[in-house]
Amino acid sequence: MRLQIPIAIGFVAGMFMFVQFFIPHQMIKASFEDALDWAIIIGAFALVLGLGSLFRTHIDKIRHRREGFSYSFVTLISFAVMFFFGIFYKTAPHTTFDWLFMNVQVPLEATMFSLLAFFIASAAYRTFRARSVEATLLLSVAIIVMLGRVPISDKIPYLNLHEITEWLMMVPTVAAKRGILLGVALGAVATSLRIILGLERSHLGGGGGG
Amino acid sequence: MWEKLLYFDRRIIFVLIGLVVIIPFLTGWMVPHGQITPSTQNLYNEIESLEPGTPVMLVFDYGPSGMPELHPMATALTHHILSRDLRLLGVAIVVTGPSMCQDVVAPLAEELHKVEGVDWVNLGWKPGGVVPITQMGENIKRTYPSDFQGRPTNELEVMAGIRDYQDIGLIIDLASGNAPGAWIAYAHDPYKVKLATGVTGVMAIDYYVYLQTGQLCGLLNGLRGAAEYEQLIGKKGFGFLGMSSQSVAHLVIIFFVIIGNIGYFTVRRSRQRSE
Amino acid sequence: MPGAAGGINAIWGISTEVIGIWLAALLTLAIYSFLYGDNPVYKVAEHVFVGVSAAYGAALTYHLAIIPKLYNPLFRPDLVPDADEPQYILIIPGLLGLLIFSRFIPRYDWLSRWPIAFIMGLYAGLSIPRVIQTNILKQMQATIAPLLPVDAGGEYLLFSGFENLLLVVGVVCTLAYFYFSLPHRGVMGGMSRVGIWFLMIGFGAGFGNTVMARISLLIGRIQFMLYDWLPTIGIHLGSGPGVG
Repeated sequence: MRLQIPIAIGFVAGMFMFVQFFIPHQMIKASFEDALDWAIIIGAFALVLGLGSLFRTHIDKIRHRREGFSYSFVTLISFAVMFFFGIFYKTAPHTTFDWLFMNVQVPLEATMFSLLAFFIASAAYRTFRARSVEATLLLSVAIIVMLGRVPISDKIPYLNLHEITEWLMMVPTVAAKRGILLGVALGAVATSLRIILGLERSHLGGGGGG
Repeated sequence: MWEKLLYFDRRIIFVLIGLVVIIPFLTGWMVPHGQITPSTQNLYNEIESLEPGTPVMLVFDYGPSGMPELHPMATALTHHILSRDLRLLGVAIVVTGPSMCQDVVAPLAEELHKVEGVDWVNLGWKPGGVVPITQMGENIKRTYPSDFQGRPTNELEVMAGIRDYQDIGLIIDLASGNAPGAWIAYAHDPYKVKLATGVTGVMAIDYYVYLQTGQLCGLLNGLRGAAEYEQLIGKKGFGFLGMSSQSVAHLVIIFFVIIGNIGYFTVRRSRQRSE
Repeated sequence: MPGAAGGINAIWGISTEVIGIWLAALLTLAIYSFLYGDNPVYKVAEHVFVGVSAAYGAALTYHLAIIPKLYNPLFRPDLVPDADEPQYILIIPGLLGLLIFSRFIPRYDWLSRWPIAFIMGLYAGLSIPRVIQTNILKQMQATIAPLLPVDAGGEYLLFSGFENLLLVVGVVCTLAYFYFSLPHRGVMGGMSRVGIWFLMIGFGAGFGNTVMARISLLIGRIQFMLYDWLPTIGIHLGSGPGVG
């Protein structure tokens, strides 16, 4: 029963969503909108679930005095401060919550990602090698695109790198991406069918397949 | 010599990259405007073709990590939308979206004398990705009963006469992740609403397939896309300002790749000879 | 950019906007200190980020999802469009949502499967027709294009025909490369090799765009330091947004 009921719930929810696509009746449409509301509500609770594992990791670290446990206090305190202002003083513009977001979260996240600029430059120097025909092709296209995507290349006479770049992205790249997309889409449909039919149970903690 | 050059402290590369990005700003050196990509021009034309008062949904599906590329796009698009007297509805399926929307639209709207709730609204965010996108196809106010600040949407003037996607002139999804794919599959294809996207350079390559099929009517690609749009509306912003540093940094990275390869093959040949 | 903090405009005579810019600048430098090497300052900044962003998500989920989609329809129907009375049916998804937290009680953790099964089933059912339409049918349709297209004046568009041919060859060969049910020998081997070439062009274009994106991220932070932070110490650069 512990596995059968959730499989039945998944089957009913999945089949309803699938079938409603083909039956545009008013009653079905109303139930469809209700089901979407339910999904948003349950989805919201699922997001909060993620906090549980965050707390568990950091509290465990502190309790067992693991290496770097003092940083876990930093995470928990930062969470508490932001959460306090967010819940009790609203999240609207010009609130302390908004101020903390713009002046703490924004610079931290934006800067963390900008570190990648340095690492990609370093990787380009150290690992980007024309070892084979395929690697040379990849490297040449990358260089053309890097040049074609900046306006300075418009100054190169007799060679419209901007247009060549656009062509490379609109024709051969589209072909390759479409090949991948078709494969991924077929896989996604198969997985969705397995979920609805209860053959895929990994999300229920009941083993990978069959 | 090449061996040493190949394996020097990578922090030297870090310093060089930092310098080539900073120096153009300090010297005030600006590269002239470049060519306009057709996908940028198409989005501009699409907005130009809308009647004043038409609602345009500007979707903020990004957070701080996408700001450098997408904020300049959002700024240029907001300027274009509001100055053409179109109604702007800010929505998001990424949690940080509402703050991004507020940060871009509020100051610009004030500058252009547009009133929140009348000319534009920040509807906020709803969890569930494709679920709110699908629900808006049936009823936008049901998905967003209240806006970001908690005001009931059926009392807002800007929402008057809007029920679902049939009442929306254009959706523009600004995204740093794979949200445009969801908007194509769950909004454009089933409800036939016009859709364009502005994406970070990393993601752009995934969306040319939809541009080729006509599922997207326009695409802005990275900071260059933002710079092109700024050029079209005649307003210099962070996209244009960034192009000089971007140009020099690309040249330096290409230089690194070439030197790295020369070094690699020289070292390999000398090793083969000595063996 | 950053507004007043909770209606407070200044602390000890310094505007909250300036304090905010300085805080953001210091945190920016704290993260960049990682470029020299891992260090405690970077670690503190990194852990602050984890805490703050988790709380941001939680607070927005509460205000923008739980309140308008569950609390208001149940207790404040006057704030809900087209609703005059409480929608008691929403107690069911509310309870299903709460069941997710049974994960934290080992004895009852199996109950958390119910809401998860509902969500997964719903997404699966919703996605099948959409994925087929968007990512299979439309893509195939756009690949089947005339190899000798003609313009309005009756002229052959040879280059467009070549592009269409390239598209078909590229898609089929890329699929061949990922098709493992047949050995990659003979015709199949040749097709998969051509498929690799197309993939390499795609990855090369992807790499070029990625370099552009990563540099743009750095440019964004430098612009903040130069155009937001420098003016707080009285240095104004001539070039700036909106100038000229």
